[in-house]
Amino acid sequence: MKNSINTKRFIEKLQESAFTYTLISIIIGFIVGAIALLIAGYNPIESYGKLFGVIFRSSKNISYSFIEYSVPYILTGLSVAFAFKTGVFNIGAEGQYVMGSVAAMLVGAFVKAPAFIHIPLCIIAALAAGALWGGLVGFLKIRFGAHEVLCMIMFNWIAYYFSNFIVNLDWVNVGDGKTWSVPIADTAKITISDWLPGLSPKAHFGVFIALICVVVIYYIINRTTLGFKLKAVGFNRSAAEYAGINANGSVLTALSISGMLASLAGALQVMGVTYKVSQFAGQEGYGFQGITVALIGGTNPFGVLLGAEFFGAMKFGGTRFDAPSEIVDIIMGCIVLCIAISSLLKMMISSKKNKGGV
Amino acid sequence: MEENGRIDMSRPTVEMKNIVKMFGSFKANDGINLTVHKGEIHAILGENGAGKSTLMNILYGLYHPTSGQIFINGKEVSISGPNKAIELGIGMVHQHFMLVQPFTVAENIILGMEPMLPGGRVNMKAARAKVNEISARYGLEVNADAKIEDISVGMQQRAEILKVLYRGADILILDEPTASLTPQEIEELIEIMHNLAREGKTVILITHKLKEIKAAADYCTIIRQGKYINTVRVADTTEQQLAAMMVGRSVEFKVDKAAIEPGEVALEVHDLHAKDYRNVEVLRGLDLTVRKGEIVGIAGIDGNGQTELVEILTGLKKATHGAITMNGHDAYNKTPRQLFDMGISSIPADRHKHGLVLDFSVEDNLILQNADEKPYSNHGALNFKAIDEHAKELIEKYDIRPRGCEHEPAGDLSGGNQQKVIIAREVTNDKDLLIAVNPTRGLDVGAIEYVHKYIVDQRNKHKAVLLVSFELDEVMSLSDRIDVIFEGKIVGSMSGSEADEKKLGLMMAGGSAHEE
Repeated sequence: MKNSINTKRFIEKLQESAFTYTLISIIIGFIVGAIALLIAGYNPIESYGKLFGVIFRSSKNISYSFIEYSVPYILTGLSVAFAFKTGVFNIGAEGQYVMGSVAAMLVGAFVKAPAFIHIPLCIIAALAAGALWGGLVGFLKIRFGAHEVLCMIMFNWIAYYFSNFIVNLDWVNVGDGKTWSVPIADTAKITISDWLPGLSPKAHFGVFIALICVVVIYYIINRTTLGFKLKAVGFNRSAAEYAGINANGSVLTALSISGMLASLAGALQVMGVTYKVSQFAGQEGYGFQGITVALIGGTNPFGVLLGAEFFGAMKFGGTRFDAPSEIVDIIMGCIVLCIAISSLLKMMISSKKNKGGV
Repeated sequence: MEENGRIDMSRPTVEMKNIVKMFGSFKANDGINLTVHKGEIHAILGENGAGKSTLMNILYGLYHPTSGQIFINGKEVSISGPNKAIELGIGMVHQHFMLVQPFTVAENIILGMEPMLPGGRVNMKAARAKVNEISARYGLEVNADAKIEDISVGMQQRAEILKVLYRGADILILDEPTASLTPQEIEELIEIMHNLAREGKTVILITHKLKEIKAAADYCTIIRQGKYINTVRVADTTEQQLAAMMVGRSVEFKVDKAAIEPGEVALEVHDLHAKDYRNVEVLRGLDLTVRKGEIVGIAGIDGNGQTELVEILTGLKKATHGAITMNGHDAYNKTPRQLFDMGISSIPADRHKHGLVLDFSVEDNLILQNADEKPYSNHGALNFKAIDEHAKELIEKYDIRPRGCEHEPAGDLSGGNQQKVIIAREVTNDKDLLIAVNPTRGLDVGAIEYVHKYIVDQRNKHKAVLLVSFELDEVMSLSDRIDVIFEGKIVGSMSGSEADEKKLGLMMAGGSAHEE
């Protein structure tokens, strides 16, 4: 009797937990992916077996999956999740990412300093660029009532062309008709695989910075008066203003912090993986995929971490997949779709409970 | 009562027997019986959260009872949903209107059941004629061609009632219909209810306002904490008896208020001018003084500048001209934070929009303005223990229910308890001036008693209180001085003891106090 009550409670808890729905969504995503594989003429069980086999095959592959491929998603995911918590949809993480990578590249390539100064300098430059890029949208919103989503979409394109413009400047371009910038100095690189040969060639200690950011953002959101006020404005701007919270200031702060997180992703990618900025042929998507990651993570910083690791691993697995790597995109797309409608699922389950008259 | 002549006691239209409704392990309705006859106005009385709305939602098919039977016109039915309810002739007018703002009254009424012309066009002529016919028959005057966004709340409600009648309802459920009406509109609504009953309709009225029950209803069923208490004939029952049955203890209607001498001036407003969002001047040289140790009540019909006055005093709106001082300091066009720090706290009119962050927990709402202060935070880090203890203390002290709700979202509380959260917070802020705007809107008598007590307590602590309320009774029973606002100016002032409804009513409508 008591046991059954406990089980019932447990099931109710499970039904309320966002994690359950994320898990269900992931399963549905894989089922849909399996259907796509079948249609494309692959055996889904074999293909999935290979996919996970690749991800975990060696320390090198694990490093690819969970460091090299995941770090930018951790940070852009955090950026979007943090903005969500404060009531802003940061679709501008893409542009902030680009501004961060350009700033880090410029400081990395043209400033001469020893590593222990050079690396922080690059990061600070990127953070400043991101704060500016995010904060500027906040300013436009506050000062002119511009809609932040529209602004950010345009800012993404401005950053995109700004980056291409910089890369093609005579003193930045590497020359020989190539379409990328000069490489950053060795003192600005953060790659660690020289010391740890078991890792993938471009594993970098940015992963630790990203982990610190997860903890710091979690702390800010949940434990500080800053987070308290930002959330109050996000949930109910009128009540927050009425309670004397500076709502405009909050929006500005939130967007600046979001911008810094996304730009940090760009900086770490340049300093640890690419060492240069290339001319874009299309938007890279780290910022946009940050939205996916934030949703998978339920806008919780630790959820974002898990979501980003999952996403990064899938991305890497997709590149070593015998089936088309687009299958991975299909799976991820389905997962996000399912998570987006999970509130609907929840409603259906709870209304069923109501009607049934427990 | 002569009204009883119209009731056909031989024909019960609605019978609900032994209704039980469980939500999980919580019994929202616990064996409730209800019998209503043709031509009867039947009130359902209960505190916030007593289970009135649950019962009516069962009758309207929105919930399914866990057990119990429902008979409509003598036949047992199972009401599977609102469509089935409408088929059975049951219509419900919700507390929050469901109207399409840019549509006209007639368009809203026919929405979903439009008379059609060939080619898929709506026959607006027929629609208008039908609407006018129904409105004439029941004395529900409306302008069928006016847009909803342009008409008053009372008119919107009539549109809602017409919508239900247009769908052929014989049994009308009105859920807290007077919550947002002015006293005049309430009188007109009661008249409409009588007309409906006279035409053979059955009216079920959900309310916790005793005065309206006395004025409108024939019979009254009382529910307390989900349980059926009694059904009484209203004419044979006093307001005191109704209140006691509803709350489960005897309730003091009169506010106990010892005379105290007002002290120095707290708030002074001089020649205040302001425009509303349409750029129309709504405050036209308003003067106001509130002293410490006095409650100044602002009486007036909605839309005479009260909203703007409060918005300016709380920093949400900028005045165009004038002067405001608080404790002698300039308080003209300051930010909400500055005004709060100067000593102004307020119980806002719209508790969902301005009073609470509904997604925040109760304890977070209780420190909304004070998160930066010790002990709730230290160098920017929140101190959960202090926040938690603070909440527990206030929940106990202000009787916020359910107990142990400090971590629940404020949005999960009933309206009355949400209001208590705000009052607990603002009274605890203990500022020199408390502005209370419709502080008891939507509350039941038990809760009203508490709110009034806290307001008077503030005054007795020699704080200044500015009370803005559409409930004339409330203004009269609480205020030491009453200022009447009309078209953006204070047009008259009298002491609370010499005020009477007639004099005030005349001044509120723009007449002078001395005409007679």
